[in-house]
Amino acid sequence: MAIEVKDLQYTYSPGLPGETKALDGVSFNIDDGSICGIIGHTGSGKSTLLQALDGLIKPSDGEIIIDGISLTDKETSLVDVRKRVGIVFQYPEYQLFEETVAKDVSFGPSNLGLEGDELEAAVRSSIELVGLDYERIKDKSPFELSGGQKRRVAIAGVIAMNPGILILDEPTAGLDPTAHKEILSMVKRIHETRNIIIVFVSHNMGDVADMCDKVLVMNEGRIILDGTPRYVFGQKDVLDEIGLGVTPAAEIVGRIRERIPEIDSDVLSMEEAAASLAEFIKRKRS
Amino acid sequence: MIRDITLGQYFPAGSIIHSLDARTKILGTLLFVIELFVVDSFFGFAVLATFLAAIIAASKVPVKFIFRGLTPVFAIILFTFVINLFMSPGRVLWHWWFLTITVEGVRRAFFMAVRLVLLIIGSSMLTLCTKPIQLTDGLEKLLKPFKAIGVPSHEIALMMTIALRFIPTLMEEADKIIKAQQARGADFESGNIFRRGKALIPILIPLFVSSFRIAQELALAMEARCYNGGGGRTRMNEIHFARRDALAGVLMAASLGAAIAIRIL
Repeated sequence: MAIEVKDLQYTYSPGLPGETKALDGVSFNIDDGSICGIIGHTGSGKSTLLQALDGLIKPSDGEIIIDGISLTDKETSLVDVRKRVGIVFQYPEYQLFEETVAKDVSFGPSNLGLEGDELEAAVRSSIELVGLDYERIKDKSPFELSGGQKRRVAIAGVIAMNPGILILDEPTAGLDPTAHKEILSMVKRIHETRNIIIVFVSHNMGDVADMCDKVLVMNEGRIILDGTPRYVFGQKDVLDEIGLGVTPAAEIVGRIRERIPEIDSDVLSMEEAAASLAEFIKRKRS
Repeated sequence: MIRDITLGQYFPAGSIIHSLDARTKILGTLLFVIELFVVDSFFGFAVLATFLAAIIAASKVPVKFIFRGLTPVFAIILFTFVINLFMSPGRVLWHWWFLTITVEGVRRAFFMAVRLVLLIIGSSMLTLCTKPIQLTDGLEKLLKPFKAIGVPSHEIALMMTIALRFIPTLMEEADKIIKAQQARGADFESGNIFRRGKALIPILIPLFVSSFRIAQELALAMEARCYNGGGGRTRMNEIHFARRDALAGVLMAASLGAAIAIRIL
């Protein structure tokens, strides 16, 4: 499964005083099995793009092709799209509504026509995949769980539909550091087990560099950078100009380089920063 | 789609209508509503519609924006139209099986539809041209004389502001929840009325839970800013009647006079 987006346009309230161009000629490709990070400020068009990818809004112009089917084609049934694409919105825990966790998670798959044992198997495997104990949690009310657990249940509700593409809009927003780490490792686990495309929106540059093998940078409805994390976070000037910044490790190394320019600037993670500093010290001593 | 509902929204345009005292506008709207029920002929409606059109023109609010707010209430108008069309006794105009249209029915259906449309546009002009905060201040001042007989004017005004303020918030929240459930394959458009009703549960429950959460957060935020009722509270911008309000008052009185005259003559 792959995603292909060509020259996407979207305008909110066209012809009215509140008219805003949310997407202005967005084009990119995402290959099968990759994790793609999207970064950009609030209002840069990220959420609009994600909604267009799931057919929730109709773009004014352009084309989206997922797994060979065109979303922008009028003939395409939305059920076919939703079988392929699962989207987890920000604060997904606010969409929970059923009496029990198991019932809530089965809402999506049963809408796609799953029944009986097949349905239960899908619910069980997705609850286990998000790191919860199926037997202990299935009969609980989703409203009595903790914040982190609620979010996992909501994510399980989307992966239970077995999508080939999973879109996560800031899955770690508003969580404490422990829950934050757990959600990230959960995303990695989902990616490894199901081998699906993951599209991941975040404001945390460290997470994006750490998780993704492709990064898209959005600004004012356009994609201004598209490439590997190493390439994207190497464009410090561009990122600084739109006020996004680089990863914490690159930031630290950048500050040190202001004093000691000989240090290698090509770092993303803390490990790489440590290695490049160690190497510099070694060189100095010898 | 759901975001397009403009009912209860404020539209900043800085016109003469916007700069009127909120009390003038509240009383004016009230008078307009009364006039709508005073007149009993299409000629009367035409006069009132002209009056309303003049106000809309003076307010500089785009007509398109006002009518877009009407689309959701259109269903209600259509419903009353159909009920009136088929349920009025009188001279039979057309008959088929159990459906009967009478001359009186046609007249009444159009009559009620026009009245409803004018009513909704007229009252939405109030919120379109008045900032919520001014609306509250105005309402509170208008209700003040009734405090003597135990009317909690401040509380009523505050409740109204919060209700108005929450319309767009809840719309946005509903929009988010609808999209999230659609993404999970929920279908709101097909099936019979029972299936459709049942399809609303995944939206209504989260919306209900969210509104409690938002209300709780608002209550805490108000307490954190030491809100403890209206007693002894002062205002940064006191509202005052100006000459233009007197002029508006004269116009309002004239329109009421006209409405009564049309009714009697």
